[in-house]
Amino acid sequence: MDPAKLESQLIELIRRSSTILPPDIVKALEDGYKREKAGTPAKGAMKAMLNSIKLSREGSLPICQDTGSLIFYFYYPDGEKILLVRKILESAVAKATDLNYLRPNSVDPISGFNPGNNLGPGALAVHYRPWNKKTWLVQMINKGGGCENVSAQMALPDTNLVAGRDLDGVYKAVMKMVYNAQGRGCAPGIACVGIGGTRDMGMALAKDQILRKLDDVNPDPELAKLEKKLYRDLNKLTIGPMGYGGKTTVLGVKIGKYQRHPATFYVSLAYMCWADRRCTMTISGNKASYEQ
Amino acid sequence: MAITINLPTDEQTIRSLKIGDEVLLNGLIVTARDAAHKLMVTKKPKDLFPLLKGTIIYHCGPIVKQVNGKWEIVVAGPTTSMREEPYEDEVIKTYGIRGAIGKGGMGKRTLEACKTYGAVYLHTTGGAAAQIAQYMEEIVDVKYLEMGTPEAFWVIRVKDFPVIVTMDSHGNSLHETVDRESKAICEQLTKGKC
Repeated sequence: MDPAKLESQLIELIRRSSTILPPDIVKALEDGYKREKAGTPAKGAMKAMLNSIKLSREGSLPICQDTGSLIFYFYYPDGEKILLVRKILESAVAKATDLNYLRPNSVDPISGFNPGNNLGPGALAVHYRPWNKKTWLVQMINKGGGCENVSAQMALPDTNLVAGRDLDGVYKAVMKMVYNAQGRGCAPGIACVGIGGTRDMGMALAKDQILRKLDDVNPDPELAKLEKKLYRDLNKLTIGPMGYGGKTTVLGVKIGKYQRHPATFYVSLAYMCWADRRCTMTISGNKASYEQ
Repeated sequence: MAITINLPTDEQTIRSLKIGDEVLLNGLIVTARDAAHKLMVTKKPKDLFPLLKGTIIYHCGPIVKQVNGKWEIVVAGPTTSMREEPYEDEVIKTYGIRGAIGKGGMGKRTLEACKTYGAVYLHTTGGAAAQIAQYMEEIVDVKYLEMGTPEAFWVIRVKDFPVIVTMDSHGNSLHETVDRESKAICEQLTKGKC
């Protein structure tokens, strides 16, 4: 990694993530478009999504005006100088905002002041993960505010839902939370789920699932089975694209698990909108390559 | 066949719309989201009355840029409307707006105000921000820019901006129907109370 080059490499990562939708998501939207009935608002909405994605890619325009809260993951050779990297990251975010790849989305909750650069206490979620490799891997997610508002967490057991502390209880909790979201998180979304952990760790795990490709297979066979079942049944809810009613309610379901405390059993849902913006950058030597 | 509506419009025109109608909007719309709604209800600034009468507001915080001193839209899709539910009935009543464009639908209070005063809720595609920007011809004015670019009132001239009526002035809401039907399916599949 070359600190002199890192800033421009990070700006390119942000540009790609904000303006180019990953190919697996585009494919899932195309499949959904084919599935919806001709002449319905659902089909019209999916057509608008596909057209807009194309315009964004061609013109380097943000896919959504809400370029989200920014989540970064840095995997780096153990022993690197991370304080310097943090400074370079903040500078890259401010410059990407000036270039209109990002909307200024950082607001003081009390005064309402927006510094206009996406920075400030807690504005960036950055995960540092040292590893035993010589290369760097940087991943980012643009997590929209609308789909963050419909993200939720349930503590099991739940009496009304008759949901216990087992896989069946997790199934019921996810069904209920996605039903509650309706179209407000920009359906068809991706249901990213974390089972277990503390409240904060469980939700962070759910957000980690956003990075998984739609066609990957969960290495845990029980979770893989639950992902399939939920994908099938969530799409029976008929909420449809943008909540207009229709066949495509979710594009995918991704589930991870953490150890839990004996007294707790959380099911965390990080609902990700159809504009599932994510990008991965690998730095080898001083050269960066990108993959979505 | 889509119905064309020129803004500002009147009560009679709006009353003729029903849920499911496709509408093309022409003329001036005004963006208003969270801080704007709070301002409209708590401060009721005088300069907003002539701007809003007979028009339709857009729940949107656009990305904008300045080119040679003039503001231009970069992209501008809708934001979630439900956050304005505590304010919208008061805004409809006070300023005489004829509706709001957004995504996700709104609740009972807004639906009731649409019925009482003659207004509609118009839905557009969340996330299709580059596509929607193509229906925007120019930014005519901006007010309360000190609230930040996402929160300011942007006065935008639109041409054939396509939207769908999902809440009409006769008490009908597509969002209520979808919610009710999906709830029944959810309870059937989970055998629990959703």
